Amino acid sequence: MGITREEVRHVAFLARLELTPEEEELYSEQLARIIDYMEKLKELDTTGIGPTTHPIPTPNPYREDKVQPSIPQEEALRNAPDKERGFFKVPRIIGEG
Amino acid sequence: MEFEAVIGLEIHAQLRTESKLFCGCSTRFGSEPNTQVCPVCLGMPGVLPVLNRRAVEYALKMALATGCRVNTNSRFARKNYFYPDLPKGYQISQYELPLAEKGEVLIEVEGRRKRVGITRIHLEEDAGKLVHGEGADSRYSFVDLNRAGVPLIEIVTEPDIRSPDEAVATLKALRDILLYLEICDCNMEEGSLRCDANVSVRPTGETTFGTKTEVKNMNSFRFLRNALEYEIKRQIEVIEEGGKVVQETRLWDPSRGVTVSMRGKEEAHDYRYFPEPDLLPVPVEEGWLEEIKGGLPELPAEKAERFVREYGLPPYDAGVLTASKHLALFFEECVRLYPKPKVVSNWIMSEVLKELNRENKDIKDSSLTPDLLASLLKLIDEGVISGKIGKTVFEEVYRTGKDPRKVVEEKGLVQIADRDALKGIVEEVLKTHPAQVEQYRKGKEGLIGFFVGQVMKKTQGRANPKVVNELLREALS
Repeated sequence: MGITREEVRHVAFLARLELTPEEEELYSEQLARIIDYMEKLKELDTTGIGPTTHPIPTPNPYREDKVQPSIPQEEALRNAPDKERGFFKVPRIIGEG
Repeated sequence: MEFEAVIGLEIHAQLRTESKLFCGCSTRFGSEPNTQVCPVCLGMPGVLPVLNRRAVEYALKMALATGCRVNTNSRFARKNYFYPDLPKGYQISQYELPLAEKGEVLIEVEGRRKRVGITRIHLEEDAGKLVHGEGADSRYSFVDLNRAGVPLIEIVTEPDIRSPDEAVATLKALRDILLYLEICDCNMEEGSLRCDANVSVRPTGETTFGTKTEVKNMNSFRFLRNALEYEIKRQIEVIEEGGKVVQETRLWDPSRGVTVSMRGKEEAHDYRYFPEPDLLPVPVEEGWLEEIKGGLPELPAEKAERFVREYGLPPYDAGVLTASKHLALFFEECVRLYPKPKVVSNWIMSEVLKELNRENKDIKDSSLTPDLLASLLKLIDEGVISGKIGKTVFEEVYRTGKDPRKVVEEKGLVQIADRDALKGIVEEVLKTHPAQVEQYRKGKEGLIGFFVGQVMKKTQGRANPKVVNELLREALS
């Protein structure tokens, strides 16, 4: 199954990746191989088997609703490339996600 | 051509837990930016989310209160998109297998009752808050991640709503339930309750749906109504002019009173959901569900029905009184102390709500108690003060929380019912208005009201109207 260059560009945009034309070519081949492999997996007969997102049936651990100390503001902002008055500072964004 | 609107709502309600959905950071509103954050909610590499049990409990309360079917093994999923208020690059939400599905809420618009279906209720984490820079900072946005990770439930309704009025009624009904359950503050200005709407129009009688738009940014009941009215009109105009409605997201701009397209963002809607590998399915044991069900309070609709049945109130009164849990409680306590339900209801709906609405307050935050209102009403019944003076006394009691009896004494507002005390005043009034007295005697009996008014004026409204009437008629006959 082929993956078009257009599809590669779309996926790259969603991941905010900038690709060179050579990379687009390379990834369209590689992604096609991955998809082919998925197609192969589909050949397995999975009738009667539920979706197995979590293979081990462990009960989900809950946390009690208790406040734990947060980290200091300076610590939270330490890795930020830009900050101001306790905020992370980013290029202006208008609109929504 | 006649058109009808088809509307569905998506409501986000912040749950009133102490700590966030997947970490122990506080959910308190209004703190210094980025002081309620930790490696988990900042999306640092290598951290793992651990689910807050109370958030699940609160979501289940809402699910049960709206008659939803609960999935005892719901899943979390990652919703992937890039935005600066979302530190991980994905939001942990639910997609397939949400916590609850297929419920309903009852609304009443212009005396007509209607069921609005609830498609699903799911749990998710909130994003952070963006503050857009102004002036010299207008090229920047500022990010506060205190809100990132606060638990939300998203309530999605069926496209059962047919008018802005019904949409407002649906949001109000859901808000009342959330408040009764005490699981959300429902403060639309602070954003603890938010509402988006999917809107389309179609020729009346048509059964398929038209193309819908999603309208966002309506952070009050008024904006919801205005935005929907505008958007419905806009879509009808597009169709009547031979055009086609474009499926898109539109933002309500309250300053201009229009919805504005957010074109060019379509690609961002490719969220590539997949099961959250860091969290296991959410187990809800039967016993837990039963326990929650048993602990549910009487909900607004049931309470309103009971008020009609038990107190003989008109449905309108019952609706107003039960919109707030605390107001309903106030009413019932008042009636216990002063068992005339309709009188109490009238006072609450006029005087009490007038003051509360003026200050935009809930009854529980005012100094007025059921005890104070009941004693005031007793003073009126006992004839100590007139109903009219009662309103003056009420304002003082509401403001100060003072005992009405004290207010009456201090201000010298005790009603004058003593015949001898009033006789002199009545005579004086008649003496100063000889022309009117003559007209009255010639048959213009309506003037009695004028004389009563004059006596009231002289006594600052303290004269007992019944006694004044008697005295006037005696003197004039």
